[in-house]
Amino acid sequence: MTRFANAFAKPHASLVTFVTAGDGDTAAVLDALVAGGADVIELGMPFTDPMADGPAIQAANLRSFAAGTTTADILAIAKGFRARHADIPLVLMGYANPMTVRGADWFAAACKDSGVDGVICVDIPFEEDDSLGPALRAAGVDQIRLATPTTDAARLPAVLDGAGGFLYYVSVAGITGLQQAAQASIEEAVARLRNQTDLPIAVGFGVRTPEQAAQIARVADGVVVGSALVELVAQHGADAPRHIETFTRSLAAAIHGAKEIAA
Amino acid sequence: MSTQPNSFRSQPDERGHFGIFGGRFVAETLMPLVLDLEREYRAAQSDPAFAAEFDDLLTHYVGRPSPLYYAERLTEELRKDAPAGKGAQIWFKRDELNHTGAHKINNCIGQILLARRMGKTRIIAETGAGQHGVATATVCARFGLPCVIYMGARDMERQQPNVFRMKLLGAEVIGVESGARTLKDAMNEALRDWVANVHDTFYIIGTAAGPHPYPELVRDFQSVIGKEARAQLLERTGRLPDLLVAAIGGGSNAIGLFHPFLDDPSVRMLGVEAAGHGLDKEHAASLAGGAPGILHGNRTYLLQDEDGQIDEAHSISAGLDYPGIGPEHAWLRDVGRVEYTSATDKEALDAFQLLCRTEGIIPALEPSHAIAAVTKVAREMDRDAIIVVNLCGRGDKDIFTVAEALGTQI
Repeated sequence: MTRFANAFAKPHASLVTFVTAGDGDTAAVLDALVAGGADVIELGMPFTDPMADGPAIQAANLRSFAAGTTTADILAIAKGFRARHADIPLVLMGYANPMTVRGADWFAAACKDSGVDGVICVDIPFEEDDSLGPALRAAGVDQIRLATPTTDAARLPAVLDGAGGFLYYVSVAGITGLQQAAQASIEEAVARLRNQTDLPIAVGFGVRTPEQAAQIARVADGVVVGSALVELVAQHGADAPRHIETFTRSLAAAIHGAKEIAA
Repeated sequence: MSTQPNSFRSQPDERGHFGIFGGRFVAETLMPLVLDLEREYRAAQSDPAFAAEFDDLLTHYVGRPSPLYYAERLTEELRKDAPAGKGAQIWFKRDELNHTGAHKINNCIGQILLARRMGKTRIIAETGAGQHGVATATVCARFGLPCVIYMGARDMERQQPNVFRMKLLGAEVIGVESGARTLKDAMNEALRDWVANVHDTFYIIGTAAGPHPYPELVRDFQSVIGKEARAQLLERTGRLPDLLVAAIGGGSNAIGLFHPFLDDPSVRMLGVEAAGHGLDKEHAASLAGGAPGILHGNRTYLLQDEDGQIDEAHSISAGLDYPGIGPEHAWLRDVGRVEYTSATDKEALDAFQLLCRTEGIIPALEPSHAIAAVTKVAREMDRDAIIVVNLCGRGDKDIFTVAEALGTQI
């Protein structure tokens, strides 16, 4: 079984956490996420022009660049994580240009070599899949696709074709970390997606509290929390891992304890 | 050049690719909207009523056709130190005489008509020098639609007259504080607005870049420049030009002039990028100093580091201060149909002053880069050769920047 399959085979929903690579002591932050009960880790690759991100992750990117983070550093962080945590799935999330600048094959091989299980590329829709997807599949790295409120029934099969790991449902049309979707719209969307795919479905964008996470965990297979964690890094600096672990524990408890309802 | 296409005017392909360039590199949220726009544009292209309304507004609102003007004094000035028999005739396509003072309005008229066809009720745009912002605010006022303009905070400082003009026209101008606070950052912020307001908002992109179909439709709307110039020059001289010259930031004025001539093999074309402080220092010449990459919805030449992080551009001209270029230019460069060169801040300033003195025309700093290139190439061409330069904007907006650069207090 793949690490993704294991992570989503649990009898409860999974907590998917996002932090930006190179923002603070990332190794310690990642260990804190695992200690707090995160089931899947998304590691953000900073980009100078994060068009889909809100203020929190934009600021995290700037802090990471100010610390001099390079792609080599990010891959080293991934490799270190894999050496310490054999079973937790690790996803690199970011934008097309840093992922493809040395060639898609180079990036896919680097992911494989660093113990990365999956990749989320924000700005490569399936129409441009040949820029990255075939290389990832050839290397055995899952390509995690995004479905959004604007992904209609006609597009969905193509979004799912070639998708692996899990399906990331972006619950609001917007950027990361701002408004949250109405619970009813999430339930309707998850039900619609489930009719089309056997992939686990994780829901994200705008999820900030254990209460919101628990609500979503009743219908989805995973809940993604990003900006709220990134803000803790900003707020607490060197002391962030301790706060991250506490907050992650509260999210994990809410999600793992949520009572499932049929979506 | 390995293979010569049958026509240079048949790009892009059905996926919006110009060779390896272009495409639709946007978030899934925007993809359905981008496809809607393409469908609506195809419908508009085959609708005579759309063309009629576009043409009518260009004639009676914008003031087209813009004149084609023989710059006799500039021509003579450059001949003074040219070798015997050299010193080409310099003609200006005077798009600086358009309503709002630049070529940007041509595209805005086309896009707002598309927005209306699509039933969109709110308009957003990014702007660098402010010319596209002013043109967008203008058409929004004309059609009674609310308008939000994103502009880098640094650009707002150096283009204050245009900020005030946008506000007079009823637009909300939002200063962007991220990055270098210039055009690239304004475009990021406009994309963030768009993705959050897909249901009612139309994004009027100002240059021939962004996700397909923008590079194509902006080119088509701006091609009025080249179509007019072609007809005007044939009527006046009975021949085609030997060389076309235009400044390039994203490249909309250049592609608008070049495209109708691409299949005329006798017509050479020269695009002029902004070399800023020099190509070995800070500049905005993405063809001269960049490499292919993906940004703002398309694959094109970008100023970037080895990790694919985008470098900050620099040009004295806010309208050229962008680290990328429209994808069709990237393709035309690689297939060898168009030549590209660059001019520094200093060369553009010199050309700006030369044009003021010889022709009584105060050009914008953007076409001043094109004039700078012309001062070099005209001296090397025969006296009976004809150069057409796109004078794509007027310089009223730039007088404060120029005064500062010349050390003059206004």
